[in-house]
Amino acid sequence: MKHPHSRRDFMKASALITGGLLAPSYLIPGAYAAPQNHLKLALIGCGGRGTGAVFQAFDTGHPIQLVAMADAFADRLEGSYKPIFDKYGKDKVNVPQERRFVGFDAYKKAIAEADVVILASPPGFRPSHFEEAVRQGKQIFMEKPVATDAAGIRKVLAAAEVAKAKKLNVVVGLQRHYQNNYREAMKRIQDGALGDIVGGQVYWNDGGVWVKPRIPEQTEMEYQMRNWYYFNWLCGDHIVEQHVHNIDVANWAKNGYPVKAEGTGGRAVRTGKEHGEIFDHHILTFTYADGSVIHSECRHFPGAANRVDETFQGTQGKAYLSAGNHGLLTDWKGNVIYDHDRKNQPNPYQQEHDELWAALVKGEYKFADAENAAKSTMTAIMGRYATYSGKVMTWEESLNGQVDLFPETLAWDAMPKVLPQADGYYPYAIPGKTKVI
Amino acid sequence: MKKYLFLLGLIAMSFQLNSSAIFIPYSQKIPGTSVSFDMTPIPAGTFWMGSDEGPAPDQKPRHSVRVDAFWMGTHEVTWDAFELFLDKQYEKSVTEGVLESRVDALARPSLPYLDMTFGMGKEGKPAVGMTQYGAIQYCRWLYLKTGIFYRLPTEAEWEYAARAGSADRFFFGSNEDALGDYAWYAVNSRQSTQAVGTKKPNPWGVYDLYGNVSEWVIDYYEADFYARSKAENPVNLARALYPHVLRGGSFASLASELGSPVREKSDPAWKRIDPQIPKSQWWFPEAPFVGMRLVRPLIPPSPEEIEAYYTQVPLVDY
Repeated sequence: MKHPHSRRDFMKASALITGGLLAPSYLIPGAYAAPQNHLKLALIGCGGRGTGAVFQAFDTGHPIQLVAMADAFADRLEGSYKPIFDKYGKDKVNVPQERRFVGFDAYKKAIAEADVVILASPPGFRPSHFEEAVRQGKQIFMEKPVATDAAGIRKVLAAAEVAKAKKLNVVVGLQRHYQNNYREAMKRIQDGALGDIVGGQVYWNDGGVWVKPRIPEQTEMEYQMRNWYYFNWLCGDHIVEQHVHNIDVANWAKNGYPVKAEGTGGRAVRTGKEHGEIFDHHILTFTYADGSVIHSECRHFPGAANRVDETFQGTQGKAYLSAGNHGLLTDWKGNVIYDHDRKNQPNPYQQEHDELWAALVKGEYKFADAENAAKSTMTAIMGRYATYSGKVMTWEESLNGQVDLFPETLAWDAMPKVLPQADGYYPYAIPGKTKVI
Repeated sequence: MKKYLFLLGLIAMSFQLNSSAIFIPYSQKIPGTSVSFDMTPIPAGTFWMGSDEGPAPDQKPRHSVRVDAFWMGTHEVTWDAFELFLDKQYEKSVTEGVLESRVDALARPSLPYLDMTFGMGKEGKPAVGMTQYGAIQYCRWLYLKTGIFYRLPTEAEWEYAARAGSADRFFFGSNEDALGDYAWYAVNSRQSTQAVGTKKPNPWGVYDLYGNVSEWVIDYYEADFYARSKAENPVNLARALYPHVLRGGSFASLASELGSPVREKSDPAWKRIDPQIPKSQWWFPEAPFVGMRLVRPLIPPSPEEIEAYYTQVPLVDY
């Protein structure tokens, strides 16, 4: 192992940084030691979002060295390494070829090299990546959603408990929790500014996202991994991958999780072979323990009206919230209770890293986002179970669902569970017929 | 870049063609769809560009400029048209017959993960949040669809058309109080874009020149450009990704920020909340006030020069 400082100095510095809270990576044979004072970072999942998260980590200004990267695909890893290296240079980016790990099990090796990990692979991998990072005692930033089915959620909830016991900081990229308009409005809602929240509406209606074409030489596994948005074992459907943000805000406003979901969904306009098995709309109601009902709507219809925001009604007033820094609370006479100043607001994607890394460099244990993230993801999954099955789904039966979407084997020549039919189209859920749990 | 310079040289040349018979307002239908947009002829002429009166040093010195004839978009580009370009699947679904292969093969924007209407609505409303590159690629898509060369205005063309012969701060004079008749701006917009063409036009028949959305032009922004710009068809070509010029102000502008000579500039901070790296070449997730307006030069350049204009690739942004 080559590094400019003695092992003794490094151990001293490392213990200082971490407050001795985690099993330090210098105990792991072969792990690279970063310069004194530097926290070692590994990126697991080298897409645009993971790369962006590394930028945000560096932009906190704290002493961080990126020491390892992992992705299923070498081209994705290299495409991420280049902008990171170009921007931050060799002192911050120390990822030689031997610490660029490629393949399905790459994450284990990259996690072992670091003090802190960013988990940003497609959501289907999050449970196993999170579980491994917790097992290895790492500090964690992970992206949302945190699973794609109930089996994954149960794994994340169990690991979240271990993370708490080990005092591992876990921040999840449900960045509205790190955005001032939401924080200020929610603080007031929790304090009763609107009375009891008795209803609400949460939306992510827009035109949809990227599609990756099938390349002839790809195996089915590679194609699904590249075009992952359209396959449930990887994505969870857009209600989980995207609308989780708004559903999570509903849970935040209600300070709890719904007891049941019922609704309708389908494929109205996004119906191609390349669109895999996911729906293009889900319209639901979520009922909470006190009987209050939140309407949830997400659709990917190009050409139709867009709406991405959250509204709530309380016994004494109403709220309008959006990622565009809206945070407006009014009483039922129209008097403004609170109106968040939308100008010059911090970037929530930066804020979540600023707060996490400030705690990490001081050795503090402050963040345990995994449990709420798992339960909000579960809420979205319950919504998908309801639209796919056409049935009323309860929280308990959904969380205990036994349908595991994950492939039996992860290998490029192995087969995922959902495969194209003879005509090239993928089978998708039929309400009234499809078994979801 | 050399090719591009040459191209703009050609745009600037005066041609001895008698096109007056066809130089009239027209409506451009987007083939195969029910969408169309209107173009207004702007005759060649000479005007005083900039202003020596205001406090803004980048408007000085006031100088005489001649521009050749062109059509200008009667309205800002709306989502109705822009969304066809934005999403090829959508374009296919609403287009009669199949897309021609040259249209099918065009690189399209990454579909934005965020809601790029910012809750302000689509129908009849200006398309917003696109980068200058995205705006130019929209022009390219239109060219492939229609065979007609559409591009962004030069800064000089924009100001010439906006002034419509007026030497005052506004085409209607100097009285800010009349702005509400002609413009959606901070005072009356409720902080949102509004349907195009719902205020009065300028004397040449062009709507929403002030307010609603700030409009991309070709020019690179330099505060001192007027001190050295050419007297005929000036344009300041890009030397970097930022800043580029926008004109006209938006729904968010104060009256004091509006006027024919007012120059605005693009800002990398508009991509601040893009959570991806590299940041999108196509979208500014914090610029709901940025839009575009088309120009069609009366005398188009050659196909090779058109291709050169459309195929400039911007620098990677991160």
